[in-house]
Amino acid sequence: MDYATNLLLTLPELVLSIGAIILMLVSAWGGQGSTRAVSWTSVAIVGGALIALAGPASGGGVAFEGLFRADAFAAFAKVLIYVAAAIAIVMAPGFFERTSGDDLRPEYPVLVLLSAAGAGIMVSAGDLLTLYVGLELQSLASYVLATFMRRDARSAEAGLKYFILGALASGILLYGISIVYGFSGTTLFEGIAAAYAVPSAELSKGLLFGLVFVFAGIAFKLAAVPFHMWTPDVYEGAPTPVTALFATAQKVAAVALGVRVAIEAMGPALFQWRQIVIFAALASIVLGAVAAIGQQNIKRLLAYSSINNVGFALIGLAAGTPEGVSAVLTYMAIYIAMTMGSFLVVLQMRDHDGTPVESIASLSGMSRTRPALAAALAIFMLSLAGIPPLFGFWSKFVVFDAAVQAGLLPLAAIGIALSTIGAYYYLRIVKTMYFDEPAGSFPPVTSRIEGGLIAASAVFLFPVGWFLIVPLGAWSLTAARSLF
Amino acid sequence: MIQAIAFYLFATVTIASAALTISSRNPVHSVLWLILAFFNAAGLMVLAGAEFIAMLLIIVYVGAVAVLFLFVVMMLDIDVAEMRAGFVRYLPLGLALAVALLAEIVIGIGAYGAGGIELAARTAPAAQPVPNIQALGNLLYTRYLFIFEVAGLVLLVAMIGAIVLTYRKRGGVRPQSIPRQNARRPEDATRNVNQPIGVGVEL
Repeated sequence: MDYATNLLLTLPELVLSIGAIILMLVSAWGGQGSTRAVSWTSVAIVGGALIALAGPASGGGVAFEGLFRADAFAAFAKVLIYVAAAIAIVMAPGFFERTSGDDLRPEYPVLVLLSAAGAGIMVSAGDLLTLYVGLELQSLASYVLATFMRRDARSAEAGLKYFILGALASGILLYGISIVYGFSGTTLFEGIAAAYAVPSAELSKGLLFGLVFVFAGIAFKLAAVPFHMWTPDVYEGAPTPVTALFATAQKVAAVALGVRVAIEAMGPALFQWRQIVIFAALASIVLGAVAAIGQQNIKRLLAYSSINNVGFALIGLAAGTPEGVSAVLTYMAIYIAMTMGSFLVVLQMRDHDGTPVESIASLSGMSRTRPALAAALAIFMLSLAGIPPLFGFWSKFVVFDAAVQAGLLPLAAIGIALSTIGAYYYLRIVKTMYFDEPAGSFPPVTSRIEGGLIAASAVFLFPVGWFLIVPLGAWSLTAARSLF
Repeated sequence: MIQAIAFYLFATVTIASAALTISSRNPVHSVLWLILAFFNAAGLMVLAGAEFIAMLLIIVYVGAVAVLFLFVVMMLDIDVAEMRAGFVRYLPLGLALAVALLAEIVIGIGAYGAGGIELAARTAPAAQPVPNIQALGNLLYTRYLFIFEVAGLVLLVAMIGAIVLTYRKRGGVRPQSIPRQNARRPEDATRNVNQPIGVGVEL
């Protein structure tokens, strides 16, 4: 395979990174005035990357002698990542206009593009080196994005915390990678899988150590308990569009990366990592649910909600079967619709003079002042809680179904029982909106695009999603099969 | 035999100085211990047959990173007088360190001359006649080119990030405008005056 053919397999990443570099030059000369043009061009570039995905980039090829895998699994994750990144760019101008701090600068869409490129490289990694470099590209752009409102002390705090803890996590991951490399003699996933393919009793301590460290590093990026501590502060402090990006695109990338490493590189050690994944899953569900109950800030609440949801996704991974992986992918697809919708509603929460508000109390009686917005948020919350007629129920159902089929009946039973704890705080928001006295109203949705996106995600969750079960299931199963 | 001695010497000193890096109370000492750790790690690399990485460790980590650390640490509020006071007291320790380093260099070179230790079979699979740099370059620019390029993107993001987070337009400064300077002709700035006697200068 010559170099051009290899490059063709990475076409979406090429489009994103070259686009980002050109836009960076445009913004360097155009200055503040070019923000609008750069934003829309970058949305177009993300669209171009999505189109590029249709070509050989999802055809199941292996590029650069195994370093990069352009298979159906990566393509599925990339579609979710790119859509989420495009929405995060679209929702930014409205948010930055209203905040009193810094304005939107053209570097914002450029960094989102680079972050999406990094996320794409992460999910396509076929080698520990590609994994690490992609992860770093994605994280480094995220650190800067979290601090984007320089004059806001909370944003600066979020960025600093995220940077320091992220560097620590990278260190843990690298340590694990170096141990795995040292004991298996290769960084290619295939070679590592071969090294792990020995009976459990003969597995060397070194490989086991490496596995634990690699999983700890990935759990940090996933914000799975016990490596979740940074999440609430970062999600609260970062600008809302950036938080939405973290909760969706970044989460999908980290989950897909975790799944790929677990199945492709360490698949033969299923018994070893399953314990870690089950613990992280149950602990995340419990902590995400219990800690969210006392929250007063909606962004913090959504941070705990994301921890909770990662727990459910990990139950699908614990199954370790193609059905389990397909359930994880379905879960993430539905999860980003619910979460993106919730953040778009959070974006509409503002005073009449335009200042954003984030307290849950300010939602009181929204059903009377802004019925449509309240109905949309109610759909997102009930769907996140997994209440049946909504599509969020289906995502939880497939995950538990996969766990039961893999013989993990107790895990599924505990997961279902714990999901009721989570339902409490989602229902509390619905109660605040529908049964409390109005505490003042929010101004109407001014942006047609944001209003349209909220409506689209709500309609996707009920009823359109139910008609998509078959194609979504088939697509995610094809994607999952490409890993085995 | 000498390889094993050199290996254990370098390894022990690396671990000991790494432990002292994090346990020493004075941050300047911490940095100095860190430099010692880097030197010994470089020694280990030489033993493993990776002389290029050893040099890189010295040049990049000791030469740039650690010295940068040292400058940062020196900007912290540390009582220099208090540190000076201990100079004579710690002189023997410092001399002992210097002797240890010198001994390591001598033993290390001796060990290198005697050939790599058994580790070499695993850690340095490069064919012997090919120098390190050539072997590394061969891999970096062929097989790992993609990752190399992405690493470049990572650095680009770091650069954009540093500028985005720190650059701000400041009012009231007078930046140099080279085109304007070049476009200025003598007649714009000077004039010939035939100054009459007894009349004040018109400015």
